[in-house]
Amino acid sequence: MVWESVRLALQAIRRNTLRSFLTVLGIIIGVAAVIAMVTIGNGTTAKITSDLAKLGSNLLFVSPGQFGPGRASADAKAFNERDIEAMRAQLRSVRAVAPVSQKSVTLVYGTESRNTVVTGTDNDFFITQDWVLAAGRSFLDGELRAGRAACVIGQTVRDRLFGPAEAIGQNLRVHNVSCEVIGILEAKGQSSFGTDMDDTVLMPLRAFHRRIAGNMDIDRAYVSAVDGADTSRVQADIERLLRERRNIFPGREDDFVVRDMRQIVQTAAGTAAMLTGLLGAVAAVSLLVGGIGIMNIMLVSVTERTREIGIRLAVGAQEEQVLLQFLVEAVVLSLFGGLIGVLLGLGIAAAVTTALGVPLPVDPTIILVAFGFSGLVGIVFGFFPARRAARLDPIEALRHE
Amino acid sequence: MPDQGTAATPLIEFQSLSRVFGAGAAAVRALDAVDMRIDEGEFIAIMGPSGSGKSTAMNILGCLDTPSSGAYRFKGVEIGRLDPARRALLRRRFIGFVFQGFNLLPRTSAVENVELPLIYRGAPQAERRELAMQALARVGLKGRERHTPAELSGGQQQRVAIARAIVTEPAVLLADEPTGNLDTSMSREIMDLLVALNRGQGITVVMVTHEPDMAAYAERVIRFIDGRIATDEHRGRAA
Repeated sequence: MVWESVRLALQAIRRNTLRSFLTVLGIIIGVAAVIAMVTIGNGTTAKITSDLAKLGSNLLFVSPGQFGPGRASADAKAFNERDIEAMRAQLRSVRAVAPVSQKSVTLVYGTESRNTVVTGTDNDFFITQDWVLAAGRSFLDGELRAGRAACVIGQTVRDRLFGPAEAIGQNLRVHNVSCEVIGILEAKGQSSFGTDMDDTVLMPLRAFHRRIAGNMDIDRAYVSAVDGADTSRVQADIERLLRERRNIFPGREDDFVVRDMRQIVQTAAGTAAMLTGLLGAVAAVSLLVGGIGIMNIMLVSVTERTREIGIRLAVGAQEEQVLLQFLVEAVVLSLFGGLIGVLLGLGIAAAVTTALGVPLPVDPTIILVAFGFSGLVGIVFGFFPARRAARLDPIEALRHE
Repeated sequence: MPDQGTAATPLIEFQSLSRVFGAGAAAVRALDAVDMRIDEGEFIAIMGPSGSGKSTAMNILGCLDTPSSGAYRFKGVEIGRLDPARRALLRRRFIGFVFQGFNLLPRTSAVENVELPLIYRGAPQAERRELAMQALARVGLKGRERHTPAELSGGQQQRVAIARAIVTEPAVLLADEPTGNLDTSMSREIMDLLVALNRGQGITVVMVTHEPDMAAYAERVIRFIDGRIATDEHRGRAA
């Protein structure tokens, strides 16, 4: 009997194709929205996670100050070169410790100029940031010790200032310092936060201190633990060492922060997942609205088909059979809408993820859930009109014009 | 179930049957203590002015409505107090309807319309198709099985409706003004078909009409006035 109802439902749907399509439009849009939102969201999450992982999964960020209400990071004193030396010397399981000091400056070469952030650091920076040189070389020990004005530039800087011309060996003006270009970094592209990672200039820390910053402060340090090291232990070691060096009495709060890259990845992924859920929920509301659309049209359909229902009752259909017919019709309609919606949603997700350059993770769970939900919508919102149809008085229904 | 078709048990029997609409002072006695007996194989015309109770009688005969009081016995079994589900089963098993307005499903082929009652009997699809084709052949519509009602003339549509009514081999065919929407020549065709089904296949026919020309085809004419049977006239078979 159920199979028979499905056949009857398909017949009824076929008999009024346009209305059937308009009926399920709400479901199509709802399901497509859910699928597209969630798939795009998952793709973005995967992209953020993999990007952050690219920065090095056993990376720790150390910066002075504390974040949070009532804590001004500016009050905390900066690190100095001896702090970096101490970390290198005393921490176990550490591969590299890169000092980082940055300032936004103007670069000039010939007639071209550009505002870029210049970073004062040393060769450990290449390790912690996973940077590879596309051309030229990194800093020599002598250059680092003497603070020579030599710089390694990113691809964007190279392209914008030098164009097709050879950059290595040329002198670039950084702020008011003439600086020899000794190396070019391999392109990394955009970061997850939308900044151009290749728009950068690196120079020896001492050159930066003396010629650009005018002080000896180190803004922060990047610490790279050896593979397989327990980063939380390394984090604790760094905290102990810095508390000692910065004379923080027991019981007092740290005036610096050590953040584990893994935690940052988790936080970022968590935030992205939450946003995905939120978008999905909004889309689910539209699915609900689509369900109300189905109920609306089914009610109209019942009124319009009153005579048909009367005929069916007269030839011996029982209430349950009419109920089943209309219910199945609503469910078949909404499942049909769900199917089209899934395909449409995946299509949209494929287009958008391609445009954003993020992966397209097709999650069968969400497809099944959205599809199942559309069927549920059919049952819930089809029941009331179906019951109304089943309870019609055959005499009245047959008389209906 | 008692023996079928013996003189002792009529096919249908109304005993002091009343149908009252409304209550109190506004109550209308559409049928007022009607006694009526219909035997198997009869061809009966029910006549009467509008409001005389003939439609109400048809609805009760067809198990679409229930009497307010009195007895309705079908093959000797009291069925006046059945619930809607059981009445649906009775309609499915024993009763075929033909309406003035044909009442075919629009945008649905003739054969699918005829199959409709069989669907609710749970007949398998192949058997349904076979029976529906046979019924259409019996009403002279061979070759038009795939036409939708819109593609058929009024007379042909009524033939489809008759095929739908007889496809289940009902005990009684109830026709409510079957020629009301048809011109004279088509009306004659339909009446000839009903007479042929009645005589050739022994189907009991009860027909409501207000046209004496059509009533003339029947062997027996029952005339309702004010919810009561005014005359009940046996004529024998029309020429």
